[in-house]
Amino acid sequence: MAADLWTALFIAILAAFVGYEVISRVPVLLHTPLMSGSNFIHGIVLVGAIVALGIARTTLEEAIGLVAVVMGAMNVTGGYVVTERILAMFDRSKRKGGAP
Amino acid sequence: MNDWVSPAVDGVYVLAVIFFILGLRAMSSPETARRGIVQAGAAMLVAVAVTFLTLTTLHAGLTNFGLIAIGVVVGGGLGWYWARVVQMTAMPQMVAVFNGMGGGAAGAIAAVELLTNLGNPTTAGLSLAGAVIGSVSIAGSVIAFLKLQGWMRSKPIVFPGQQPVNLAVLAIGVGFGAFAALRVETLWLLPFFLLLLGFGVLMALPIGGADMPVVISLFNALTGIAVALDGFALVNGPLGDAGYAMVIAGTLVGAAGSLLTILMARAMNRSVGNVLFGAFGATEEAGVAVEGQMKPIEADDVAVMMAYANEVIVAPGYGMAVAQAQQKVKELADLLEAKGVTVKFAIHPVAGRMPGHMNVLLAEAGIPYDRLFDRDEIDDEFPNADVVLVIGANDVVNPAARRAGSALQGMPILDVDRAKNVIVIKRGQGKGFAGIENELFYRDNCRMLYGDAQAEVGKLVAALKKS
Repeated sequence: MAADLWTALFIAILAAFVGYEVISRVPVLLHTPLMSGSNFIHGIVLVGAIVALGIARTTLEEAIGLVAVVMGAMNVTGGYVVTERILAMFDRSKRKGGAP
Repeated sequence: MNDWVSPAVDGVYVLAVIFFILGLRAMSSPETARRGIVQAGAAMLVAVAVTFLTLTTLHAGLTNFGLIAIGVVVGGGLGWYWARVVQMTAMPQMVAVFNGMGGGAAGAIAAVELLTNLGNPTTAGLSLAGAVIGSVSIAGSVIAFLKLQGWMRSKPIVFPGQQPVNLAVLAIGVGFGAFAALRVETLWLLPFFLLLLGFGVLMALPIGGADMPVVISLFNALTGIAVALDGFALVNGPLGDAGYAMVIAGTLVGAAGSLLTILMARAMNRSVGNVLFGAFGATEEAGVAVEGQMKPIEADDVAVMMAYANEVIVAPGYGMAVAQAQQKVKELADLLEAKGVTVKFAIHPVAGRMPGHMNVLLAEAGIPYDRLFDRDEIDDEFPNADVVLVIGANDVVNPAARRAGSALQGMPILDVDRAKNVIVIKRGQGKGFAGIENELFYRDNCRMLYGDAQAEVGKLVAALKKS
């Protein structure tokens, strides 16, 4: 295994503990925005999709890469908007939520 | 040339990761949560923009910039528009669908990696793993979406030999993938992906509506893990630092989602495995006769009871979400408080179709969140409550859970039956999701208010306004 992979493995282990610690403190009240927010954060998959489409050469690879980019972009924007709309309703300063 | 570009890009990814973690941490309080997601959003925007710009300037070997731009604009626009226009009540299926998109993207990235880099055993192995989990996540999320949207029966779909069949599909699918990698023949990747997508569908079929909080959360965790695995596969390629960012963000979500999944399953006193493979609610419990009978009551009488109460506790469930009764419930609470009645809300962790579903609906209606209480916080208060109003909740208030031998045995419930009076708003005499008679409805202190939750709460509001 290449050195980069070992580095990535160390990072992943630390990230898992950070994720566990950070989430343990979230109250039940905010479980929906927590889930939706972490849904948004795995939208980072979009940068991987951009790289994948960048290295694609054949038509098939390009088609699959394009699917990855479109889906990744949907994950990012959709995840963000849903989370933001949910949190807007918990915002005390702005009582009226719901409709966009 | 461009000596400064690469460290600058790394710096952006580091900052993005920091803001992702801070954004999740900000979720520990409603006061800070919104700021956190806005910061994380800005970080994501910069990370994506920098990735794109770096590819166009730094790595001459990469192409398809036009396609990338089109894909980002089309996908981003679709996601943004869809999430904007959808009703708040459709949030569970929205979370499912956007999560599925992430899983699909992870699977597609893995597919490109496999097609271009099948000869490298490390990359191939990691990409195969990412492809397995990503494919299962998108297929399962789509089924969850269809069930939540009501385009598919939400009851568990079962057939004989289901688990062996599912396992076989998974094993044969993975076998094709391994075969493709060993022989370095991309042709075998086609059955690999088809069988894994099939497994994702099969895995989600036997999971019923009330178990959705666990399932949505699980698929969220799976997508995170798939993204992390793709990240591992990308760290040695061009723009390897994007891979590190994916490893961190993906693992973060994987850990968070796994924890949430376990919390949800625990709130039902079941293991995650039982939720996934138990097909809970597919069969109806037979033979337990419940003593007594259900006693109906009229809205006007309930209004009088509540108007003269000291404390009223509302216990909402999925029925409130279906009837979209939350605005009426807010009106009811305001009227009662104007009369000097203390009104509290008891929220069961798995009430509804996603973690925290009831909290979101009540917040939407404008009910202050310090009026909402967890099961643990409010359990001792039920004996003091003059009236508990159960709106469209069933299994989570069934005292059968305290009785040995019941299918619900051991599930932590809201002990509403300990209140002086219990009013249950319910559409008909049917059973809850678990298919078990609710012993609460037969208790002496319980009355049934039959009808649509929104209509019945509306009647209560009208009656209270008159008095």
